[in-house]
Parts: sequence; C-alpha cells; structure tokens
Amino acid sequence: MSTREKSQGDVGRRDFLKLFGAAGAAASTLPLGGSASADEMVTAATGKPDHQVADAPKSHVGYSGYEFFNVDESAFIEAAVDTLIPSDSTGPGAKELGVAIYIDRQMAGGYGKGDRLYLEGPFSEGKPEQGYQLPMTPSELIRAGVADVGAYVQKSHKSTFDGLSAKDRAAVMAELDGKKVELPTVPTATFFGLLLQLTIEGYFADPMYGGNKDRAAWKMIGFPGADAMYMDKIEPFRNKPYTADPKGIQDLI
Amino acid sequence: MATKLNAVDVLIVGLGWTGGIIAKELASTKLKIVALERGGPRDTNPDFIDPQIHDELRYAARHDLMQNVRRETITFRNSESQTALPMRQLGSFLPGQGVGGAGVHWNGVTWRWLEWDHQARTRTVDKYGEKIIPSDMHLQDWPITYDDLEPYYDNFEKTCGTSGKAGNINGRKIDGGNIFEGSRKDEYPNPPMIAAQSMVMFEKAARNLGYHPFPNPSSNASRDYVNPDGVAFGQCHYCGFCERFGCEANAKASPHFTVIPLAVKNPNFELRTNSIVLKVNLDSTRKKAVSVTYLDARGREFEQPADLIILSAYALGNVNLLLHSGIGEPYDPATGKGVVGRNYAYQCGGGATAFFDKKTILNRFMGAGALGTCMDDFNGDNYDFVKAGYIGGGGISCSNSGARPIQSHPTPRGTPRWGSEWKKAVVDNYDHAASVGNQGAVMAYRQNYLSLDPTYTDVFGRPLMRMTFNFQDNEIKQMIAQADICVTLAKEMGATKIDRNVPPVPYSIVPYQSTHNTGGAVFGADPSTSVLNKYLQVWDVPNVFVTGACVFPQNAGKNPTGPVGALAYWAVDAIKNQYLKNPGPLVPS
Repeated sequence: MSTREKSQGDVGRRDFLKLFGAAGAAASTLPLGGSASADEMVTAATGKPDHQVADAPKSHVGYSGYEFFNVDESAFIEAAVDTLIPSDSTGPGAKELGVAIYIDRQMAGGYGKGDRLYLEGPFSEGKPEQGYQLPMTPSELIRAGVADVGAYVQKSHKSTFDGLSAKDRAAVMAELDGKKVELPTVPTATFFGLLLQLTIEGYFADPMYGGNKDRAAWKMIGFPGADAMYMDKIEPFRNKPYTADPKGIQDLI
Repeated sequence: MATKLNAVDVLIVGLGWTGGIIAKELASTKLKIVALERGGPRDTNPDFIDPQIHDELRYAARHDLMQNVRRETITFRNSESQTALPMRQLGSFLPGQGVGGAGVHWNGVTWRWLEWDHQARTRTVDKYGEKIIPSDMHLQDWPITYDDLEPYYDNFEKTCGTSGKAGNINGRKIDGGNIFEGSRKDEYPNPPMIAAQSMVMFEKAARNLGYHPFPNPSSNASRDYVNPDGVAFGQCHYCGFCERFGCEANAKASPHFTVIPLAVKNPNFELRTNSIVLKVNLDSTRKKAVSVTYLDARGREFEQPADLIILSAYALGNVNLLLHSGIGEPYDPATGKGVVGRNYAYQCGGGATAFFDKKTILNRFMGAGALGTCMDDFNGDNYDFVKAGYIGGGGISCSNSGARPIQSHPTPRGTPRWGSEWKKAVVDNYDHAASVGNQGAVMAYRQNYLSLDPTYTDVFGRPLMRMTFNFQDNEIKQMIAQADICVTLAKEMGATKIDRNVPPVPYSIVPYQSTHNTGGAVFGADPSTSVLNKYLQVWDVPNVFVTGACVFPQNAGKNPTGPVGALAYWAVDAIKNQYLKNPGPLVPS
C-alpha cells in the first residue's frame, strides 16, 4: 500500500478532502503548484487532526524530501536560493523559508511540466520581443541549467556549486546574471531569469506552496497576507502604520 | 464527422460581458438561444471564495482564470519583415476563459470614452486639418456619436453599480468629477470609492499643477447595491486581490453573477460549457451563416444550425473566428484592401514610480482593482496636438490596486536584482512607493494588423492567428511625453526618488502591459474600411453580429469595458427592435 493510499485509509476520504482539497486526493499526481507532498499529507493528517497544518512544525514541507530534484540538484538549488536571497540582518533567507522545496514542487507539478506552455514546432530563436521560444518545459530548463552551471563551476573552481564559499557562489551568480558565462545547453539569461523568478515567487507566495515559512517574508515587508478585509481601515489608516500578524490561506480555513 | 443538432434561433459564441448581456436581453423574445463557451462554468461560491481566492501565485502569476495557450495562442512579429513566432506563454495581455470571460478578472474601471474617441477623425480634421494625420495612420470615426451611446453607457453603469462622480450632467460641469467627459443624463449609481493615501497625495499634486483630477469610475461597489435587474452587490472589501482574481464579495461587477444567471433563468436558454467553436459555416451564397462547428470537452464534433449568430468572444477570438470562417475579406496591407484584421491596436503605458521617505505610509495592500484617481487633461483632444506632437493622448492616474508581493516589490532603478542589497531595498520601499501611470491611446496603422499564420496551428489543427504590431512614432512620442508629465506629478507629490518608465520599444509580447487588445473587426459607415455596420452587424453576412473591443477603429486612452458593455446593449436593442422584426441588413451597404 502506498503512503497516499494509506493516508486516505487512515483519515477517511471525507476528512482527507476537507484537509487538502479534492485535487490532491483524487489525482495520482499533485495539482499545479502542488501544495503538499504525499509524505506531509500523512504527517499532517495523522499528527494534527485539528487541521492546523500550517502551525504544525513537523508537517512543514521543509522537512519532507524532494520529489523532482536528485541529491546533487537539490544541493545546488538550496545553495542557489541561499545566494539569491541570503539570510542577513534585514530578514530571513530563501533557503530557510523553504524556497528550494517550493521550486521542487513547482518543477514536479503542472507548471514545471508546461501545462500552460505552447510547445509545438518549428522552433526558432526569434527576437527578444517574441519571447520564450525554447522547446523545453520549465522543469527541463531548470534541470539542464543546473547541470550546465554545475559543470562550469566544476571546471572553473574544481568544486560543486554548493561546495563554494558564499562569496564565490555570489560571484558565480553575478557571472550568470551579467551573461559572462555562456552555458552549453540553455541560454544563460533564460535560465538565470527563471531561477530568480522561482526564488522570488517561493519567497513571497502563500506558505502552502512550500516557501515563505511562517509567513516570514510577509512579516519582513509588512504585507498582511490572505486575511484581507480593509473596507473599514483604508480611511482611518491613511498615512498611519497598519500592523497585523500576516495569515496564510491555511491559517484561515 | 460532425453530428448535426436541431436548429436554434440564436447562437451566442463566448459568454462574457457582451454575450451575457445579449442572452439576458433576448430572454423576453421567447426565442430558443444556445450559448457556447470554450471554458468551464464558474460561480462566486465555490470558485472565488475567501481566503482561497487570495492566492497570488495561482491567479496572478500562474493565470489560473485565463486562456491556456497550450491549446490556442497567436503568433507575433513586430513587422512584416520578421517571421512571426508563437506566443508560447502569456505575457503582454491576458485573455480570459470560462463563464464570465475576462469580465471575471478585470479590475472594474468603467469609462465612458471621450466624445473625441467616438469621432476621432472628424474632430481632428476640423481642429487641425488633414495634414496632421500621418499617412500610414487609419484614423476613423465611429459610425455613432457619444450622444447616440449615452443611454447605453448609463444602462451598463447601472448594471455594474459603477461608483464615481459625474463631471458633466446635462452640460453642467461639476468640479471633482471629470469635467472633460461628454454630457451625462444622470449621476453614477454609487458614490466614489474611498481614496487611498497615494490618491489623496496625487489629487493634491494634480490640483496644485492646475489639472482636473477625479475618482476613477469603478465597478467595485462603494456600498451595498441592488442593480435595476435586482442583482445584489456587496460592498468592496478593498482586499487588494482584484484584477486577475474573481471577487469574493460580488462587489466587482462581473457577468457571472449579474447578466448570466438572468439569461440562464430563461427556459429557452441553454449554456454549453467546454465547447470550442471552430468556425461559422456559410451557405453557398456566402451571404448567410447557417451554423457553427464546435467540439465538446470530449472532442466530439457538432454542427449547430442557427438563424442568428452572435460572436461575443474576446476581441482576438472574434477576429480569429471571422478569419477561419471566411466572413468578410481579410485585410491585405500591401493593397490596403480587405477589412478583417485591419486596424488592430493596443494600449500605451509607462509613467513614473515615485519613491517616498519612510514617514509616508501608503498601506498599498488596502486596494481595489479600479481604485484610483485620474486626470484627462492630456487625453482625447483636451490638449494641443500640434504642440504635443502626437494625436490621442492618455489618462494619467495614480492607482492603488493592491501590493501582492510576488509581483509588486518596487525598488529604485539601479538596485541589484538579488542579494542582500536587493532585499534591503525591497523592505525599505515596499510601502513607500506609488506609481503614476499613463494609459495611452494607440492609433491604427496600415502596417499593424491580424491575419492567419502560414506555419503554426492550434491543438485543433487550425492555423494560429498572427499579430503584426509595433508602436509607431506617434505612440512613442506620446509615451515619452506623458511619462514626463507623470514625473512632474510625482515630484509634486513629494517623491524623494523618481523612476521614469517607458514600455519597451519595439513592442514586446513579454512583459505584462495591458489586456486592451482592440480592432480587427471594426464598425464604421464605409464597408471598404469596416467589417460591421453601426449596429455591429457584419456588412457581408447580415445574420452575424460581432461584439467586443474588436469593433473599435482605434484604441483610446481609457479602459475598453465601458463602451464594450454599452455597445452590447446598443446592438441587442437593434436586434430586438429592428432585426428580429425584419431580418436583413439594418444599414444599406
């Protein structure tokens, strides 16, 4: 019996649907932007019957494994997001907020598989104004780009990317950002652009997607999150600070 | 092989604002009506409820409510010298899909276009002479005036519960409203929304500079409201999850809870969702439409005969269907002949991002899609075309639609894109930045048009539609000049740092700019330069009508939904009171 089947058996299908939504329960693959892995469904469903998934520390996606990335890739992604949004005196870093897991789930889900991408040929590079023209899904692009950068770093630094010092990692990212390196498989700017986009998304998206753990990125900037009802506040709080403990979607259900 | 179905009286293709209005208005005729919608059914509950709808990733970044380009898209090039390539993912604009169409995820700004916009050629020539019009510009009048449409604008505003302040009632100019608007018979159905801090600052700055600011006309209800059809609206929550989202409060007017349920109540109306129309079939004379061919969700092909066919898909979808059906002569820029695909236009943007010191607290996340303060001092012909050097300006506004952080974390130009310095700039500026934006008109040109692509096809095997479009000198001058005006306003607002923004030139399909695609099936008085007569009836095939922004001869410096809705009421009035009594051309060609 697989963990998914077991989890349904344990809590009963009705409760399961209530907890995670019909899509997660019924489909053999996770929905777009898969909000939770099978493992954490089990943890959450059995360990926290009061449905407060987001408040159960052990159930956070950051503690579960990778669905899409292999061990080398996940090490790269963790180091990359930690470099793009490092932990510092301003606020938390992307890695500690679960952004590597966020990217993993996105790559494993519909978005990563190109569920909204036109992928018919013929293919041609075209002009920048014509936009994305590669015959690759986001997950194929990220996988190839991670391999390309890994090989580049191995050659230039005799190390894995995650084995580099923080300073050297930042230097490699700056080279990619500045298009100083030409990668063999994927266009450098396209790969770096997608990696950065995914990192910022995971950092600021609702925590149910795996990043922005404990709504920490929202707390840092002062965004109150999904609990958004300001009809009686917009006028009294004109030019006055409004502070609220931000809530994610799962905190409000 | 298509299964032939029993004939119906009226067939509606696409069920958003215009299809919904027409279906609802025709209910009293007792005619048998079928609507085919390519997407699925949607209701406020459970599809748009709080908190699940407050999900920026799913709806704003991943476009959950929009057209899926994996199935159908367009190809794009800047000019005829390039080879068009597919728009492989959404970017510059976001067409809707599903019941309610883009009317579900619009932001609710509901204009009456300026009088000039309805008579752009005549009024320009009268004031400046023919010579001011560039030789490649297809500047055309509408076949009807603002005054003709006034009662229908009023009808649409009341359907939508539009919140605003009139600036001209029966010719009397009213301070605080838009003094440049055409004469209205009545006030807006609801008072203006509550202004956000940035709007208060903008209004003061604009007045200081001698301009005439006013609240955006907003179909985000400023109070509880019941429209003339008896549909109840809730008061807007100012939740800041509006454009790209459905509304949990039924405060943002949307066809899915207004006109469509009323259409569905009619026992003679049938809605078929997940039904994609491939083409309209004509008889051997090519002057009469007999049916449409469509696929259901399982890919089964049907032929649905009908006496009257309304194309009410998104602007681009309507032109696509006309081209696939051989209705109207396709436009050829080489000869200037043909009309379908002619006069495709878009929207200019740009403006200024104003950064303030930390004492200025904006609470940007308390927002609504149509919440903004605007001024029309540089729009329509409210300024001097000769002095400015461009025709058709734009509305300049300070909007406060929300501050969802994946897509809204403004940093001053020159800030690194990542790293600690980036993060510090995000935190320092997140709630201390406002944007002053230009929404500029785009004129139509000989070289900007829609046609069928010779290479790429959709999943149904049809050629993709090809868009050939670029900003021309007139529009580039406008974007630069209007951005400068935005900078002046930002300065007056007290900004400590200002970034001036001009959209990419050449036009790029990549960054989001506006879902205001117009033209391609324009209405007019002359069949050699228009597809439709003044009642939105196809000149060549009088039992087909076409609605939506594809009918505009050029685009205005304003959002299109107001006139799109008003023209649907105008057209269905003509269908009900003229066409159905005596089917045939309503205007001699």
